[in-house]
Amino acid sequence: MNETIGAIVIGIGVAFDVLGCIGLVRLPDIYNRLQAATKCVTLGTCMILVGVAISAGWDAQPLAIKSLLCAVFILLTSPVGAHALARGAYRSGVALCKTSVVDEYAESRTLARYQAQAAATPTDQESDHAKAETA
Amino acid sequence: MIGIPAVILFALVLCAFLCLYRIGRGPSAPDRAMGIDILGTLIVAFTALTGLHTGRDWYLSIALAWALISFIGAIALAKNLEGRAYDE
Repeated sequence: MNETIGAIVIGIGVAFDVLGCIGLVRLPDIYNRLQAATKCVTLGTCMILVGVAISAGWDAQPLAIKSLLCAVFILLTSPVGAHALARGAYRSGVALCKTSVVDEYAESRTLARYQAQAAATPTDQESDHAKAETA
Repeated sequence: MIGIPAVILFALVLCAFLCLYRIGRGPSAPDRAMGIDILGTLIVAFTALTGLHTGRDWYLSIALAWALISFIGAIALAKNLEGRAYDE
């Protein structure tokens, strides 16, 4: 019984892995590829590990506990690594694909730069206001 | 000791070859770093299945260590791509 449930979970996980890797090859730019590959492969590998734990059952305790620990660890670290990679790719100047419609990170970065400039030079604006008032 | 169907192993090997395609072909350096990261996750899955097949629990220790080192490698590559030093 345990082995049947475990085999079904492992099969679903492998299907997710295959779909994620097809997305890794087919999608147009790195951000889309990270989107597809990270989410699908993380979920697929976690399901494989949970399936291994279910198949091993209570008779093989070290195997099941280590497998669940590994699943939790991958679930925590894989999105962090993908996020850092996407940020590094953007900062190193990899362009978005041509069919992208919005780039909110660039907008927020230009906004932050403008605000930093405005905060760094308040005296000029104040002197401008003072000139305008005197004139 | 539990048998693993050959279809599952073939599917995982196919995934690994797709990752290798992306590592070899990838137009930019972050593509290759991403391919290495995903390949590490796949290797963790493969090692866990091997542990289930043979019934030896130290294969799962290898999987845990591999996940850790893959994560640290991804973070280090991302920082390097961003143009910062490793200790910043």
